[in-house]
Amino acid sequence: MIEIRFHGRGGQGAVTSAELLALAAIGEGKYAQAFPSFGPERRGAPVVAFCRIDDERIRIRANIYEPDIVVVLDASLLTIVNVAAGLKPNGLVVTTSKDSPEKVREILGIKNRIAAVDAVKIAREILGVPITNTTMLGSLVRASGVVQRESFVHPIKERFGRIADKNISAFERAYHDTALLQ
Amino acid sequence: MVKRIGMEVSIAAAEAVKQANVDVISAYPITPQTHIVEHLSELVANGEMDAEFFCVESEHSALSVCVGSEATGARSFTCTSAQGLALMSEITYIASGLRLPIVMIIANRTLSAPLSIWNDHSDAMSIRDCGWIQFFVENGQEVYDHVFISYRLAEDREVLLPVIINMDGFTLSHVIEPFELIEQEKIDQFLPPYQPLYRLHPDRPITMGAFALPAIFAETKKAQEVAIQSSMPKILEVLKAFGDMTGRYYRPIETYKTEDADTLLVTMGSFGETASVAVDKLRDEGRSVGLMKIRLWRPFPFEDLKKVALKAKNLVVIDRAISVGMGGPVASEVKAALYGYDVRPSVYNFVAGISGRDVAPSDFIKMVDKAEIEIEEGNREGYELYGVRE
Repeated sequence: MIEIRFHGRGGQGAVTSAELLALAAIGEGKYAQAFPSFGPERRGAPVVAFCRIDDERIRIRANIYEPDIVVVLDASLLTIVNVAAGLKPNGLVVTTSKDSPEKVREILGIKNRIAAVDAVKIAREILGVPITNTTMLGSLVRASGVVQRESFVHPIKERFGRIADKNISAFERAYHDTALLQ
Repeated sequence: MVKRIGMEVSIAAAEAVKQANVDVISAYPITPQTHIVEHLSELVANGEMDAEFFCVESEHSALSVCVGSEATGARSFTCTSAQGLALMSEITYIASGLRLPIVMIIANRTLSAPLSIWNDHSDAMSIRDCGWIQFFVENGQEVYDHVFISYRLAEDREVLLPVIINMDGFTLSHVIEPFELIEQEKIDQFLPPYQPLYRLHPDRPITMGAFALPAIFAETKKAQEVAIQSSMPKILEVLKAFGDMTGRYYRPIETYKTEDADTLLVTMGSFGETASVAVDKLRDEGRSVGLMKIRLWRPFPFEDLKKVALKAKNLVVIDRAISVGMGGPVASEVKAALYGYDVRPSVYNFVAGISGRDVAPSDFIKMVDKAEIEIEEGNREGYELYGVRE
């Protein structure tokens, strides 16, 4: 089982990211589960969302404490939230950042693999808003291969309708621009 | 093989209500039930579902509308949570007393105070004695499936009782997961149109819910008690028929690795799946632990429970609500089931996960450890709130 924790701020789409990831995995015939850290939504406040993916039926219904992958949708969270809490020794951090993955690793003070992309810039350019959910999924897929790229097309179209194509472009751009530090 | 579709559990619940050909929906939005009624109102507004959606000003009215519509022979649905259920509680007794086969989903949530929107079973326990058949389900697929099971059961002429499907709020309601949907043709066969025994009709006036003097009230209640007690064979029959249709066979008491187990965890609702992960881990360590999951809360499946429980030495009952001043309500029922036996397992009771506090597999393991130590030391009927900071 692969466990992924998303960190974002309310309104950036951390929950949507987790949901789209689960839908893409389920579309591939896998089992998956996505859920927010339950509670009232507050725009701008740090939020967490979770996704589990497995080949077997998933039975666990509790938060993720030892993730395989952490995805960060807002670079300011790198210094104010312990985003790497419980991350497995061979785990991966995928983050939006203007900085290099080396710099992110230094900020976090960890030895894990890091993937970084300036998702805010990509989202602003392509979508016109700094909502980084689909953009960060492109980066996640590049860095982890946890699901296939094509598997996102259907869930993104279902979710975004008229603006689906732009979201797919943002996804693809982040996929190509992601810098990975092993 | 059936293709699995990913969706939020609340959306799947609403889709099941649509597939069940419900005629009348009346509900008032309340977290965490909201997504179910929002989706239903969209389905009706978009013409995808041929039903009346009654917007009401309160939950009391929501269930009152269902009582009226069901009395005319219209298949009716409502759903709510916590304070909403508390407000409609008066009408829950009326629906069952009038023998109206309404189906309600409760997205279980904590009753105030303190104000909390998160999950536990305090709302369900507040109407425990309302006379409805009451299920607790473990996962999204079960929510979807139990909508069809519940209508078929409720409307059976040998039953004619309303049914509640309890699903944990947030822990189930707000999760995206895979579903195996059932073809409409199969559902139409499994759940034919409702044929009421009596119905309100202007051309054939009858009285429902008349005033009962002491000379007749007890007899009416006896009839209601006989109806719910004798619904058990029908419950088994409907669950079997559903299993034959889908391959998913459900039972009033579900078991997981209970054979030869010295200690059994006992859970109700979505705790069951997480607890099963804990059981696997304990079994890997060579521990003799199993899991018993209560699906049917009313009528309480005493006989099925005893068959499993009496083989064990220790029961660790995990409640998700407190009967303040007494302990966990599920543990109370379990103890009652075992009272008549000289040789019976010890029952150690935890109340855990109230107001949505996360309960991980490691927590179930800690509870098993603690219970076994306490029982070993002679505390055979202990009770505590798990994980409370003092």
